[in-house]
Amino acid sequence: MADFIQALLGHYNNWAFILLLMIGFYAMIAKNNLIKKVIGMSIFQTAIILFYVSMAVKKNSTIPILDHGHGAVEHAIDVAAYASPLPHVLMLTAIVVGVATLGVALAIIQKIHRTYDTIEEDEIMEIIAQ
Amino acid sequence: MEQIPFLEATPLLAVMASLVAVPLIALSGNRPNLREFWTFLAGGVKLFLVLSMASWILAGHTHTYELWQILPGISLTFVVDGFGMLFALVASSLWILTSIYSIGYMRALDEHAQTRYFCFFAVSLSATLGVAFSGNLLTLYLFYEMLSLSTYPLVTHHQDEEARSGGRKYLTYLLSTSIGLALPAMLITYSITGTLDFNSMGVFGEGVSKGVLVALLLMFVFGFSKAGMMPFHSWLPGAMVAPTPVSALLHAVAVVKVGVFSIGRILTGIFGIDLMASQDLNTIVCIIASFTVLVSSLIALSQDNLKRRLAFSTVGQLSYIILGIGLATKLGVEGGMTHIAMHAFGKITLFFCAGAIFVATGKQYISQMVGIGRRMPITMFAFFVGSLSVIGLPPAGGLISKLMMVRGALEADMAWVLAVYLVSSFLNAAYFLPIVYKAYFCTEEEALFENKVQEAPLCCWLPPAITATISVVLFFYPSIFLGFAQVMMIGR
Amino acid sequence: MIQSQLPILIIVMPLLMALVIFLLGHKNEGLCFYLHVLGMAGLFAAALGILDQVVTSGTAIHYYLGGWPAPYGIELVIDHLNSMVIAMVAAVTLLVAFYSRQTVPAEVPMRTEHEKVPLRVRNYYVLYNLLVAGLLGLTATGDAFNLYVLLEIATLSTYGLLALGRGRAYYATFKYLIMGTIGASFYLLGVGYLFIMTGSLNMADLFTLLDTAFMQQSMSITIAFAMILVGVWVKMAFFPFHGWLPNAYTVASTTSSCLIAPLMTKVSVYVMIRLMFSVFSAQYVFEILGWQKIVVPMAAAAILFGSISALGQKNLKRMLTYIVVAEVGYMVGGAWLGNVNGYTGAVYHILADGMMTLCVFMAIGAVSYKTGDASLESMRGIFRKMPVTSVVFLVGAFAMIGIPPTCGFFSKWYLVTGAYEAGQWLFLGALLASSLINAIIFFRIIETGYFPDFNKAHGHGHHTDKTVVAEAPLSMLVPMVITASSLVLIGLFSKDIINNLIRHSVPPGLF
Repeated sequence: MADFIQALLGHYNNWAFILLLMIGFYAMIAKNNLIKKVIGMSIFQTAIILFYVSMAVKKNSTIPILDHGHGAVEHAIDVAAYASPLPHVLMLTAIVVGVATLGVALAIIQKIHRTYDTIEEDEIMEIIAQ
Repeated sequence: MEQIPFLEATPLLAVMASLVAVPLIALSGNRPNLREFWTFLAGGVKLFLVLSMASWILAGHTHTYELWQILPGISLTFVVDGFGMLFALVASSLWILTSIYSIGYMRALDEHAQTRYFCFFAVSLSATLGVAFSGNLLTLYLFYEMLSLSTYPLVTHHQDEEARSGGRKYLTYLLSTSIGLALPAMLITYSITGTLDFNSMGVFGEGVSKGVLVALLLMFVFGFSKAGMMPFHSWLPGAMVAPTPVSALLHAVAVVKVGVFSIGRILTGIFGIDLMASQDLNTIVCIIASFTVLVSSLIALSQDNLKRRLAFSTVGQLSYIILGIGLATKLGVEGGMTHIAMHAFGKITLFFCAGAIFVATGKQYISQMVGIGRRMPITMFAFFVGSLSVIGLPPAGGLISKLMMVRGALEADMAWVLAVYLVSSFLNAAYFLPIVYKAYFCTEEEALFENKVQEAPLCCWLPPAITATISVVLFFYPSIFLGFAQVMMIGR
Repeated sequence: MIQSQLPILIIVMPLLMALVIFLLGHKNEGLCFYLHVLGMAGLFAAALGILDQVVTSGTAIHYYLGGWPAPYGIELVIDHLNSMVIAMVAAVTLLVAFYSRQTVPAEVPMRTEHEKVPLRVRNYYVLYNLLVAGLLGLTATGDAFNLYVLLEIATLSTYGLLALGRGRAYYATFKYLIMGTIGASFYLLGVGYLFIMTGSLNMADLFTLLDTAFMQQSMSITIAFAMILVGVWVKMAFFPFHGWLPNAYTVASTTSSCLIAPLMTKVSVYVMIRLMFSVFSAQYVFEILGWQKIVVPMAAAAILFGSISALGQKNLKRMLTYIVVAEVGYMVGGAWLGNVNGYTGAVYHILADGMMTLCVFMAIGAVSYKTGDASLESMRGIFRKMPVTSVVFLVGAFAMIGIPPTCGFFSKWYLVTGAYEAGQWLFLGALLASSLINAIIFFRIIETGYFPDFNKAHGHGHHTDKTVVAEAPLSMLVPMVITASSLVLIGLFSKDIINNLIRHSVPPGLF
């Protein structure tokens, strides 16, 4: 039991991102309003970004910048003292992708609104069915 | 190694001859005489090319021509041997006669889309020769499918509702069996043996379980449903909606014989007759074929439409051939192979006559043909000779091959097959001879025709007269075709 | 010099071309088409150059972006497998580029009541180029995260292209967008788990790192694999994740569906194969996980579902989209059979199916271009009205059914053999059943084209009123004829394709 709680708490970042992921997923699948779907999509994507960023966290580590300049003394690099920068860099790209997707989604919703005069899914389905 | 007396690529050229003619035929669509000239030219060239290989083959050689390696380890290959030669000769010589007949028939009835008709006729002849010269199962399958598709426009030529349903049935049966049964059987065979080449010793060798062999055999026999084995036969009567020359060449000669030929090839070249006999596979084939022979003959008895009666007769006669080859004895196989030729000449005569009657009088039903012998004596005499050949009575060629198959049955110790042959011959006689009898011998009151000779156009009665004559000639000189079959069985 | 830069050129060239068309096409819309065709022709030449390099040298090309060595920088790897896919993609895009000359101006500037500004041809070609850049990039890349980015570039342009359709296009595209994002996110999650376990994103590096007993037993790796699979399955519309595809592709414009239907699913299948065998390994996938017991029956279900649904469709384009769903099942099943024949069939089918999907979509597109709709009834009398189009359609149909010597026969050959060897009877049955159903579907269309309408016609046959030949314009016919002949040529040259390309790419561990 103690182990289980340990596992539960030790990976709290995982639980947080899974929770967000599920909220987003639910909104994308179950919401009727298209804008709400898109909000869900954003939450979904953000959860993944959180997951990546949190995986880079390392206790007692600092930003990965080597201070060789300004007359500082050369010293041996202790890798463990630096956080991995890669996940952050990756997520910069993922954020860009997310924003682009969001933009396209909003543009399409705008078009849908112009065509059907509604952004409620059931009403659109009704119009299409006619 | 002796020098071959013809070009290396002759089999390919023979296959291509009619295909090359297709664009020419299509382009001269509005000049019918020129268009028919191309057909005859192609037919002549084709027959010449086939004949040029005949003596070499009769001398016991085979000729292999590898065209194109299409998959790693599998090529498109042409092999000319006795069996293929026999079939190619039948098909290419009858194409010319059918073309003559087609001209008479199509022009007399003023059919539409004649250019399309002659184009697809040429394509299907290419496919037929392709099957005849196939050196392995893949090549055979390729041409087999090509034939199915290229004959569809011919079968549905009239483009009316009846043609549509007939055509539907035609393709449904042919494609579903070839894709659903023959293709997987071919792939499984390849997977087991690593080869698809025909080999008179068979390709399976030892160690393939009997269950697998039986399954493959059934898949092959029913997969090539052009052979019309019951229960996959009903496309054949359905396809009788086609114009009569199509029925004549394609459904008495090319299409159905391609089915029989394919099964024959597989029995002799993939299974091998030794394996057939040692594993009792021949019994299975004989049972299936006998069933079809008897049932189809009984059905034929009840048909009033002449073409449908001929169709069911064809179903039965095809199974004769399978039965003969399926006996897996020397005489049985020779007889079966020869029967391809004998039946072709006999049956095409009958179809030609049916068409000639339709052209001259518009009649399609047997009950309307009482006394027709007075009006069309030549046609009906040819019909008589043709039916003798199909029944197996002298002096027509059918007797020779039938006798050989009967002897083959005795050789294989399968006396019950003998009974099948006898009963079915009796049935054949029962459904053919009354037609001839009623055509000539009827009282004045019964006769539906005036006592005045009025034949169909020359192009319509001459071809059946020729084929009937050939049927008789084959009785006296069966070795024309028998020779090729015997070449296949040398050393047994 | 330029030879060694080809791998990056195929990605940069369409990107630049998008920019060039955007700038130059502003004043002159007519110029866009010529610029676009020029760009695509250059791309095709580059793709052939790459293919030639790979085949001649017999080894993979490694290109390091910015000169950074392999596990640190981004690497493009072009081997026998993806050089073929790249060539296929480039060929399809070039053919569609020609084809689009008339269809894009006819379909793109559509006005609705609310819009007074026409959408420009220019914008269409910009999106087109971006899509091509994304597709080629994700095919060429050797980096798992880079693949995600390029996959999204491709899909984002796809959304734009599909939304340019008629009627329900916006809504259908929105659905696709939601599904596509879910798919991509799953993929990204999977890559995240891989990164946590290994600290690497380079495919070759991952392959080495994952090849240890510890990794192979790890639950995290299994989850990563599962998520990546689900991600690409959504993208390729593998049953049961196919829901978005028929809607989105049916309502798309002719050009868009011709472009996207052959490419998107096929490239996604390539991605799956690449990840299965170049990141994970055949041994891991088939022996340690052993999921083929589930996936191959799923593929069989996809085939059957797709084919049977296609059978019930009245709209021809919609029917074809269901066939696309079925064909995805062919390839997934083939790849998961776990033997060389299945693999060969799947990879060959990527090429074959890309071309034959293009062929039938183009033919149906030409018919709907002339007749204004794509219902079964629009095919009536098509053999007389549009003889060339109908022959092209016939060839495509034969390939779909699997009639030799078209390429469809040979992929079926390997798939069926593979299924037999693997003892996957359900999959084997599904393959054959789908061939038969395709035969029914296509012959129903051919029949409609060949026979007159009996409900309208009075009397019997013989009423061959001279229909005027009204063929599609040459800019559509030429690419159509080329595509149709390529189906036969791919079939006839199967041996060379298999011996020179596919055989070299067979992953270790397959027998």
